[in-house]
Amino acid sequence: MAEIAQPQTDDASLVDARGIDKVFKRGSEEVHVLGGLDLQIPKGEFLALMGPSGSGKSTLLNLVGGLDRPTQGTVTVAGQRIDNLSNRRLAGWRARHIGLVFQFYNLMPVLNARKNVELPLLLTKLGAAERRKRAEIALEVVGLGHRMGHFPRQLSGGEQQRTGIARAIVTDPTLLLCDEPTGDLDRKAGDEILDLLTALNQQQGKTIIMVTHDPRAAERATRTLHLDKGRLVTDPVD
Amino acid sequence: MKFLGLIFGNLRRSKTRTILTILSITVAFLLFGYLAAIRVAFTVGVEVAGEDRLITRDKVSLINLMPKSYEADMERIDGVDNAMHQTWFGGIYQEPRNFFPNMAVEPEELLDMFPEILLTEDEKQAFIETRTGAIVGRTTADRFGWSVGDRVPLNSPIWPLKSGGNTWDFEIVGIFDGAEKGTDTSPLYFQYAFLDEARQYGQGLVGWYTIRVTDPARAADIAAAVDAEFANSPNETKTEPEGAFIQGFANQIGNIGFIIMCIVAAVFFTILLVAANTMAYTVRERTNELAVLKAIGFTDSTVLGLVLGEALVLTAIGGLLGLGLAWLLVAAGDPSGGQLPVFYLPVSDVLVGIALIVVLAFIAGFLPARSAQKLRVADALRR
Repeated sequence: MAEIAQPQTDDASLVDARGIDKVFKRGSEEVHVLGGLDLQIPKGEFLALMGPSGSGKSTLLNLVGGLDRPTQGTVTVAGQRIDNLSNRRLAGWRARHIGLVFQFYNLMPVLNARKNVELPLLLTKLGAAERRKRAEIALEVVGLGHRMGHFPRQLSGGEQQRTGIARAIVTDPTLLLCDEPTGDLDRKAGDEILDLLTALNQQQGKTIIMVTHDPRAAERATRTLHLDKGRLVTDPVD
Repeated sequence: MKFLGLIFGNLRRSKTRTILTILSITVAFLLFGYLAAIRVAFTVGVEVAGEDRLITRDKVSLINLMPKSYEADMERIDGVDNAMHQTWFGGIYQEPRNFFPNMAVEPEELLDMFPEILLTEDEKQAFIETRTGAIVGRTTADRFGWSVGDRVPLNSPIWPLKSGGNTWDFEIVGIFDGAEKGTDTSPLYFQYAFLDEARQYGQGLVGWYTIRVTDPARAADIAAAVDAEFANSPNETKTEPEGAFIQGFANQIGNIGFIIMCIVAAVFFTILLVAANTMAYTVRERTNELAVLKAIGFTDSTVLGLVLGEALVLTAIGGLLGLGLAWLLVAAGDPSGGQLPVFYLPVSDVLVGIALIVVLAFIAGFLPARSAQKLRVADALRR
């Protein structure tokens, strides 16, 4: 197993993470999750991140998405260094630049599909009518125009994940981060979600980073990187 | 406002829990409002007592009578504008439980001293001219169904008649209202001349004096001057502001305000624990959802505001419902069937209630809101 050689610095990279270390403290013990990692992702790429459990995939995704900060190193997205932003500014940055898709959908059970999709728009200055219109468009894009008034408990897993994707794209983010988006779905529903992500990448030019265990899902990506013990490797152990 | 949908959605999450919490808050504020009305009833007159009025009574006891001649002496003291006397009659209508205050006064003096007693000119004139005439406040008139022209027998255990017996007959010549909401409209007043002439003993003696001063700022000095005037006499006096006198009278029953405050404090403390527990639970069970909100860009302070907003909506619904019910119940009448001289929920107490809603929401919601605010996104999403 050898470490992967990263491309030279590319000013056109949408994501540029350099010298990333991430250490978690569990009591007195320090757990090194990522070590000296460099990662560049050009705009418009559909990147799959694979690796065994505990390899640091989700942690890397969190760092790129501004959900967490590296212990060491820098993370720059679309020319903006984010690892040194305050909590408040980082939250604002996420609202503008990041769309998140979770394995377990993470929809608000008390809101219907349209209201769920509208959530990120509450942080904008858009009026109620415009928010509603954009949420409806996003739901149309993911093929749920007919299920807008349904609550999560009334939707299938695949439909809930589509709603999650609609929520992620409703603000037209710079980067779409998907953490095991098909991990909780059956094969047919998973394929439909992957079709949707592929379309968003190919037709709308969305840059997507997808964490997955599923090689079939990774096949949809334009590039696949493997992580093992916190480092990018060329010959993964499956 | 745009977050209200989210706030109400979260409150609908567990309808039973939300309804029970709201009901407990409703009961607390219902008690608060109703007890406020009872407190007002027991301290009636304190708030509306004239700033320019003093009460002079016998220094030893209110039940000791004083010479009527004191009135002229008082009116000679610098700063005293007018003085009038009143004498407790203690009359009972039909049976002892029908208690209400009734006093012998000089009609012109009473009407001059208490402009808050509202009568028509005809009624005033009848009161002045009718020896056995009496005026009665609306509360008592309504309670016993009296109207002008009725003859009312009152039995006084204090003052037997020269002619024998204790039953005095009065003619109702006027029914008065109060100029202010807090004006006591339960008393009956009749002519002192009638009492003095017909009673078996006590001629020339009166119960207490009301003094109107020319300058309220000098009230304390004038009170001291009045008491000095009668020092070393057989009836030394104690003079105090009317409000303090009424408060002292109410305190003979007990410190009603303090007792009510203790009850309300105990109720609110319990409700605070209920509301805080509800909020803590609702935040704990939503850790993941709050983390998702932060992940999609909600700031720490927005999340703090959302949880506090939920606490505020919860307490506002329960609190306003409780205050509204208290208002309706108080408006339906006093619980004693008319024995309380005034019974209403003052606007000032409603405003205090609204302030309490905000304070309760803040205290109940603060700790859960802080824990939601401090939630670390990546950690919470991993749970």
